[in-house]
Amino acid sequence: MHLNHIFLLIDWALFIEKLVLIIVVVMGSLLVAMYSTYAERKVAAFMQDRVGPNRAGPFGILQPVADGVKLFFKEEIVPNFSSKFLFILGPCLAMLTAMMIGAVIPWGDKIHLFGRDISLQIADVNIGILYVFGIVSLGVYGIMIGGWASNNKFSLLGAMRAASQIVSYELAMGISLIALLMITGTLSLNEMVVQQKDHWWNIFKQPLGFLIFLICAFAETNRTPFDLPEAENELIGGYHAEYSSMKLGFYLFSEYINMFLSGAVMATLYFGGYDIPFVNDANLVHNIGVNWLAILEGTVFFIKICCFIFLFMWVRWTVPRFRYDQLMNLGWKILLPLALFNMLVTGALILLKQNHWHF
Amino acid sequence: MQALTNRIKPVSRKPMSIWERMYLPAIFKGMTITFSHMFKKVPTIRYPEKTRPFSPVFRGLQILNRDEEGRENCTACGLCAVACPAEAITMEAAERKPGEEHLYREEKYAAKYEINMLRCIFCGLCEEACPKDAVYLSETFAPANYQRKGFIYGKENLLIPHPKEDPEGFAKARGSRAAHPEGHGNEH
Repeated sequence: MHLNHIFLLIDWALFIEKLVLIIVVVMGSLLVAMYSTYAERKVAAFMQDRVGPNRAGPFGILQPVADGVKLFFKEEIVPNFSSKFLFILGPCLAMLTAMMIGAVIPWGDKIHLFGRDISLQIADVNIGILYVFGIVSLGVYGIMIGGWASNNKFSLLGAMRAASQIVSYELAMGISLIALLMITGTLSLNEMVVQQKDHWWNIFKQPLGFLIFLICAFAETNRTPFDLPEAENELIGGYHAEYSSMKLGFYLFSEYINMFLSGAVMATLYFGGYDIPFVNDANLVHNIGVNWLAILEGTVFFIKICCFIFLFMWVRWTVPRFRYDQLMNLGWKILLPLALFNMLVTGALILLKQNHWHF
Repeated sequence: MQALTNRIKPVSRKPMSIWERMYLPAIFKGMTITFSHMFKKVPTIRYPEKTRPFSPVFRGLQILNRDEEGRENCTACGLCAVACPAEAITMEAAERKPGEEHLYREEKYAAKYEINMLRCIFCGLCEEACPKDAVYLSETFAPANYQRKGFIYGKENLLIPHPKEDPEGFAKARGSRAAHPEGHGNEH
């Protein structure tokens, strides 16, 4: 076959539409991550009766830009005894895995532009949530490689902590999710949202499952009270102790992107995704049209995510860090049995329901 | 062992109850506390724009005073330098020439008057020693400089603005002294 034919076979409109969507999502996550740092400092300040950054621009809203510029202009230091390739690969991988989760999240319903129905999901993978889990477990490599390549005891300790923590909490997370999957019967994130649009949100069906998922999400994103990998007063920064300049920026950014996207995943799984609560979508489409509805849905979804980001910060500035044995106890002895219990009860109830509530 | 004070509080070592071991209630309690703090008024004073009012006896950087016509009060008697416990003050006297009456109030004046602000301990003894009300401690503080020599303040730094040419600067440098002409009250 000629090369020309291959190009003709490509659906160029789809290609461009997805490309634009990818750029928007990537830029959006970066922007949100930037302003999460600002929000974090502001939230911390308000909770501690302080003012927070207020010098750069009105109310300090240019602070993240100033921080970013500062990070770019810092000297790039690669330690002599580090493995150079891995040292650079670490933050890249952390950033990459953080970004990749955004690909399967449905940011809204369809919009109608240029005579095409454009889905606001980059890839409606039918195993969407499995993909998310796969990427999340890859995420530990960014930290592991970075900590290992630094050739520094504290970095390595931080990396080991991160690895064992993420592995332990992924179990409970996965099992709490299985209970949810038994209810929804699908792995596609978009389908889950569509189900929640017509019926109750999943949080009402799986409150315990959500609680476990939430706690595990805290552990997976290395947020306080589970921020042992970067416990700055024990490990002088943990896995990113040796990093400077934008490589450090990548690690810090990936943490905030992780926070944003895990908020997005939780909103999708348990809080109806882009579903607007208390509103009948069919009526709304009739009144304002498809495109406006999609924008409205996207906004509602974004607000839900912001609530989660606020929750992450709120907890961070309330709860002190766990001790490592407490962390492991919580993961293996409490959350895992609880998740199993939740799964069994859910399974039993589903069976009962199929049997029309007869034993 | 006998306690030295009666403020000892015995630590409770009893095992936690189920409710306490669940952690979550305690975490929620803590979270309500932190959330309530979000709406509290912050006590911060936004410094460069706003400053805290000083107490009337505040002792800041020294100022060399002028009288109402703008003549320098200092006669270079050296009492301040003698009184200074940190030995921060040096001066050189000079005699007033005819025609300089509008510059200096008396026949002798300080041709050079230096205070090393790094040595100065801002005790205010120079102000107490001065018989001519020529030196006093203002409400200016926190000087910044890139070099140590920048902290040796000469007459050009110390002299108060001219009351006729720059009345605003004069009033500002006088500070609360304008309201209390007798001074800061520390001479009583």
